[in-house]
Amino acid sequence: MARSAAPASERLRILGILSRTVAALFGGYAAAALASVCLAVGLPTSPAEAALTGMMASFAVMTGAVVWVFAAATALRAWIGIAIPIVLLGGIFLLLRMGHGA
Amino acid sequence: MKHGFRQSMAWLHTWSGLLVGWVLFAVFLTGTVSYFRPEISLWMRPELHGAAPNPRAAEVILAELQRRAPDVPSWNIQLPTAHNPVATAFWRDRTAERGFRLIQMDPRTGGELSARGTAGGDFFYAFHFQLYSMPPLWGRWIISFCAMFMLVAIVSGIVTHRRIFADFFTFRPRKGQRSWLDGHAILAVLALPYHLMITYTGLVTLMILTMPWAIMTNFDGQRQAFNAAVFGIEQPGPRSGQAAPLTPIMPLLDEASRRWQGGQVGRITVSNPGDANATILLAQRDSERLSVSRRTVIFDGTTGAFQSAREPDAPADETRGVMYGLHIGRFGDGAVRALLFLCGLMGTAMVATGTILWAVKQRQKAGALSRPGARLVEILNVGTIAGLPIAVAVFFLANRLLPVDLPQRAEWEVRCFFIAWGIAALHPLLRRHRRAWQEQLWTGAVLFLAVPLVNAATTHSHLGATLRAGNWVLAGVDLMLLVFGVLLGATARIVGRSRPAATPNRAAEGRRAMPALAE
Repeated sequence: MARSAAPASERLRILGILSRTVAALFGGYAAAALASVCLAVGLPTSPAEAALTGMMASFAVMTGAVVWVFAAATALRAWIGIAIPIVLLGGIFLLLRMGHGA
Repeated sequence: MKHGFRQSMAWLHTWSGLLVGWVLFAVFLTGTVSYFRPEISLWMRPELHGAAPNPRAAEVILAELQRRAPDVPSWNIQLPTAHNPVATAFWRDRTAERGFRLIQMDPRTGGELSARGTAGGDFFYAFHFQLYSMPPLWGRWIISFCAMFMLVAIVSGIVTHRRIFADFFTFRPRKGQRSWLDGHAILAVLALPYHLMITYTGLVTLMILTMPWAIMTNFDGQRQAFNAAVFGIEQPGPRSGQAAPLTPIMPLLDEASRRWQGGQVGRITVSNPGDANATILLAQRDSERLSVSRRTVIFDGTTGAFQSAREPDAPADETRGVMYGLHIGRFGDGAVRALLFLCGLMGTAMVATGTILWAVKQRQKAGALSRPGARLVEILNVGTIAGLPIAVAVFFLANRLLPVDLPQRAEWEVRCFFIAWGIAALHPLLRRHRRAWQEQLWTGAVLFLAVPLVNAATTHSHLGATLRAGNWVLAGVDLMLLVFGVLLGATARIVGRSRPAATPNRAAEGRRAMPALAE
């Protein structure tokens, strides 16, 4: 790590890393969990099969989310990029739920 | 994060790997040893080494259970296998210490076999996925968390090293930092499919704990409904209160074997034994299938009539079963498991070289003056990478050397393991870095090579006897220990030969060679 940076920008850099870490851990887990329940509700197989498929696929989703968070150019873009799929998946889940309830 | 995708992935690879590297090393090492869990469990109980298989073991054991525990809800029997010539029986018993009884039985007489108190191979297995001394749920969460870091480290590592094919053939020995980088890359690339497989399937084995939300949604939070649907675990019917003898077991085993095209029965569960409502469930041996989803068949316990059968044929369930089966590696013969063991060793060494590479890089950047963070990493490296093998060897030695009638003997074996590890973790604080490495690696090598000798001095199942008798189950454990000893000794020699820290010039050269990894 560069040691020569000025204290202010160094602090900003560390804050950026911390913020990304939070986005990766919690955002990544939320995206993975939501993807798993969307598959669980949405797949046309039996409830047990759909649940297992969603659970097994979830870790790939989380890995992709973490890679995205640390690859994005700025911490803000990382957060936006993780928030959009979470909102989308959450919406799909609610729609699927309603469709099943009706 | 910093300029470009590859640079940000190099950063992610470094930190996701380093932060949990020591836990991952311990998990990889104990997991690799756990491929021989049944063999180690048997090796650690020399009192059972005389047991011999018996084709009619099921009959003998059921008769003995009928005598010992006639009025219990169910009996669970694990039949002897090639890896383990002893039968195990389990039943609930409110008067027993923990509410159940678990005994080992001689397949020829049905008599209870008593062995020294030891956790056996189960210790490494339990350490591998729940860190043993922790509350199990905490341990499993920590392991899953670290496994997720591992998966991220693998994926970002693949991006960082674009030259995957060339890395097969690139090794520049005795070049300090560059050799560590090459070694790390070779170990990672050669067994890359294994590393990805073992990490992902490891996450899958604990997913019901860590990712339960799909079960919550589809089964309204009812775990039992999910278990019944997926694992076929169902509660047996009630007792009728009418006594009735059990049907002979041997014809049922033959019928199950016919249904499975020659597959053998590994487990028997008798529900409501001695009652008119008894059922007998037979499950296939898990060494015969890649998937752990078992084929089972249920018979009426008094008439022997076929009731139902379960063939795992649902795609997602079978996928889970195969992932689980790949992870625990109980399928296949000795050669397959030896290959898995080798891959596991490469994974262990990959993690080790990764954390060492970081420390070497810091030292070359800073010259002889290392910062506290770098010093901490160096201490943790020695205490874990050289220290944990010492603890493993001490565990094996404790199994042979602690008095057989010591109270709490199994707990003392584990204490010896942790005491040895604790000393190894503190030792590098007092020694110079290179000295600490050398002393601990040599200690580990000597201790591992000593185990087969101590085994020969304390039991009759030493290499001289087991090799001559072709007993590969027991000989394999001694040979595995010798492999560890030789590997540690070879590493100690390399550490002793290589020259002390590089000059600043060479450090700069090293940085130019790896623009992607230089931060």
